[in-house]
Amino acid sequence: MSSIIESPEVQPVSDVGGEKEPSIGTFAIVWQVIRRRPSAAIGAAVLLLVIAISLLAPVIAPYGIHQQVGPVYGPPSFKHPLGLDDGGIDMLSLIMWGGRVSLTVGLAATVVAIFVGGTIGILTGYLGGVTDTVLMRFTDYFIVIPVIPLMMVIAVLWGPSLSHIILVIGLLQWTTTARIVRAQVRSVRERVYIRRARAIGGGHLRVVLRHVLPQVAPLLVANTVLTIAIAVFSETALAFLGLSDPSRTSWGTMIQHAFARTAASTGAWWAIVYPGVAVAIVIMACYLLGQAIEDAMNPRLKVSHVSVRTFGVRLPPREGDS
Amino acid sequence: MSPHNASPSECPATTVPACLAEGEAPLVSVDGLHVWFALPSGRELHAVQGVSFDLERGVRLGLVGESGCGKTTTILSMMGLLPPSASVAGAVSPRARNILARGEQSVRSHRWTDIAMVFQGAMNSLNPVKTVGSQVVEAMEYHNVAHGEAARTRAGELFEMLGISAQSGARFPHEFSGGMRQRAAIAMALSCSPDVLLADEPTTALDVMVQAQIGELLVGLTRELGMAMVLVTHDLPLVAQLCERVAVMYAGKIVESGPMDAVFHRPRHPYTRMLFAATPDLYDKERVVSIPGAPPQLDRRIDGCAFAPRCDSASDRCRVQHPRLLDIGPQHKAACHAKDPGACT
Amino acid sequence: MIPRATVVSAAHDCRPLVEVENLSTYYPIRQNLGASILRKPRRFVKAVDGVTFALVRGEMTALVGESGCGKTTTVQTILRMIDATAGSVRLEGEDITRLTGRRIRAYRRRMQMIYQDPYESLDPRFRVRSIIEEPMLIHHVGTSRSDRRTRTLEALSQAGLTPPEFYMDRYPHELSGGQRQRVAIAASLVLDPVLLIADEPVSMLDVSVRAGVLSLLDDLRRDGAMAVLMITHDLSTAAHFADRIAVMYLGRIVEQGLADDVVCDPLHPYTKALLSVVPKRDPRRQTKPQILRGETPNPANVPCGCRFHPRCPVAFAECSTVDPALRSPSSVSDAHHSAACLLV
Repeated sequence: MSSIIESPEVQPVSDVGGEKEPSIGTFAIVWQVIRRRPSAAIGAAVLLLVIAISLLAPVIAPYGIHQQVGPVYGPPSFKHPLGLDDGGIDMLSLIMWGGRVSLTVGLAATVVAIFVGGTIGILTGYLGGVTDTVLMRFTDYFIVIPVIPLMMVIAVLWGPSLSHIILVIGLLQWTTTARIVRAQVRSVRERVYIRRARAIGGGHLRVVLRHVLPQVAPLLVANTVLTIAIAVFSETALAFLGLSDPSRTSWGTMIQHAFARTAASTGAWWAIVYPGVAVAIVIMACYLLGQAIEDAMNPRLKVSHVSVRTFGVRLPPREGDS
Repeated sequence: MSPHNASPSECPATTVPACLAEGEAPLVSVDGLHVWFALPSGRELHAVQGVSFDLERGVRLGLVGESGCGKTTTILSMMGLLPPSASVAGAVSPRARNILARGEQSVRSHRWTDIAMVFQGAMNSLNPVKTVGSQVVEAMEYHNVAHGEAARTRAGELFEMLGISAQSGARFPHEFSGGMRQRAAIAMALSCSPDVLLADEPTTALDVMVQAQIGELLVGLTRELGMAMVLVTHDLPLVAQLCERVAVMYAGKIVESGPMDAVFHRPRHPYTRMLFAATPDLYDKERVVSIPGAPPQLDRRIDGCAFAPRCDSASDRCRVQHPRLLDIGPQHKAACHAKDPGACT
Repeated sequence: MIPRATVVSAAHDCRPLVEVENLSTYYPIRQNLGASILRKPRRFVKAVDGVTFALVRGEMTALVGESGCGKTTTVQTILRMIDATAGSVRLEGEDITRLTGRRIRAYRRRMQMIYQDPYESLDPRFRVRSIIEEPMLIHHVGTSRSDRRTRTLEALSQAGLTPPEFYMDRYPHELSGGQRQRVAIAASLVLDPVLLIADEPVSMLDVSVRAGVLSLLDDLRRDGAMAVLMITHDLSTAAHFADRIAVMYLGRIVEQGLADDVVCDPLHPYTKALLSVVPKRDPRRQTKPQILRGETPNPANVPCGCRFHPRCPVAFAECSTVDPALRSPSSVSDAHHSAACLLV
């Protein structure tokens, strides 16, 4: 006798809360966050705009960055809305071109950080045991290394260059990523479907790549975005201290030049403020987007018990109503 | 084949408490209870649709149904433990006064002192960072039942009555085993001497032997303290073992209610019959059969009987007209159009 | 000599499919520094302590017991997810107790497990067809994509999910608990296993749905010539669906035999007590419950002698010193029903 077959009526497993259907896939999740939360949308839009401007700088910058178009520290005017720097060069163009360097360093350093941090996070989270202990101690040592003194030492020993900056920032930033990824992997590792994947004969690599990684990916995306912000800021700080390659104009070097060449005392605030504003805009955009994704990943807490308890009272429905 | 020892006269289900014969006023009366939940999509979920029952002293009522039928929501409403998205209609009247009349304000003074609840996992009711004894005392002090030393003494007495030593009040919940934690949760529920005890799947997470211990305890409480009890569970045999009365819920409504014996031996509603048929019994070798399909969504209007799509004896009338809960025997009600008992059994 | 449990039935292959002999799995309790220095003897959690049974094709065996009795650990050891401390597990005659790594993967194909929680055991990001295809990819079953697709459809049909094409593209969150369990069953069928282990397969499902899934398992063991080992704490389910029942207590099988024998004529006091407290459907046929006092002791502190004697209603002096092995009553001609009790 065959078993009774349930009807193929598919009913979403939604409870009283009426949860919307979850998105599957990392891109879908990120897209859903951007669609639903205005802060994420703003952040994403601004970030994309900045990247676009930087990419298109050679095409859309009004003037060349080595081209003197006015007096030293010329004030903002209609032709030069952001003013001129100490060499009479248009600030707007400088900021557009400077963005290329700042963002490149930021993104490259982030890639290093995410790659190293993600790998270590997955290894320690998934394997646990001795690997976990050893690698986490290793991580601890990296956490305590201060960025600026290290960069100073490297600048003295091997000269300041962009690749050195990228490496330094990347190699000191991965620790946060590693911890976040490790925590997530540890919680995912205990899920039944992971144990099941192992029980049916799946090797570690398959389990990690196909089952664990997709659960970690959204958080990693959030972390990546936030790391970009930190990396851009770090580059700016290091450049400001004169530890970056002076021949490559970045927002940080612009501020540094301005300070070194007495912009403050001359009253040429535009030479200092506008590059700083550019950095701030990028950081804010990254923060808005990254934070929104992170919030969306956190398990939602049920509202009721902590708030003041209340419920509505109404009249009973008439006979005949459902 | 027969069980090796059977003595039906000892079973709680067939012993009729004296109060029913006297026709005493019920300890609590639930009358036309409706609960709606506002959904984020803008619709409303009609979780409980006109549930009514009375409980007299010493009566144990089993509220049975599957997930989503509204049984837990029903007893939560009796305590007024509903989220802000909920609205209720109807009356819950311990001592003849509707405590839901003005919402939270009117419920609060009756919560725990007239009606108390034991939840499914005792870890849901016990604060892990406070000693068990202090939590029972806290309940008493909050409701002004007893304070200080008197409260501690009473807590000790409660523990002894429930089979835990009085000294274990100084321990933390994680030091207790599952069964003991549930006893502690029951002690907390009894701390203010309520008339009615609501138990939401109190033994589901426990081993069968511990389940028997807790079951024996609950039966003893209703007998000795004269409390009324509502036992919410999906486990029909448990209700058969512990309760004299049963109410079967489906899609927010009670579809059949009555004495356990009558409902088992003469079920009128097809859902009741099919539910029994889907439950394996230790000795009965009759083949168990699933009920096809799934319960309906309660966020939309349902025409006719909610069970009709899954019913094996549905007629055209069932799909159009909603059956009312009618008397079909002494204290036995069912909401089904099929008039002929033979058609259903 | 402990009698090996085999079913005398012409329809079934009498050679045992799985033989577990004296299996023990102990977890060491971590010692603090003081105890190590003082060289105190190590203590163990004796999760499984000398379990012997055999499983035959076409038979469903229920492993019954309360929490902490070791039924889950036994099954994990058989599946080689945990290492055994002692004893042996044989699958189709081959000893797999000490195998690890790559070698065990080949055997994993033949032993499949259905988990208790249908809401957690399927990866929420995989569609049903990927879930069912995954075991095939791991074990290189199926010659091509379309071949795998055919097998997937077949497995879905066999598991009662029709029309199978409809279910192929669904995500787990779109399915009910019962449907998810069927997907899990289909995913195991696709490898043609010889042993199907079901860990409380229906305890998290609604009552109206349980019978369907259990009947499916019942049909599978009959038609598929596989053995099914079902872990359950619910004696009614075991009595109804299983051919054989083994009752475990504190890491040991205390009674085993044909389901009808164990339920209607129990030999061990623990089994008798359990059967008496299990609720029956009919309010008139409730048995007088023989409620044991206290709770199951911790497997780290197994009592001396018979492990059940502190709670046993009929224990006598010798019970605290002698640890009885499984034995059959002499009156019973069928040597397959045995209990670990001195009174047998």
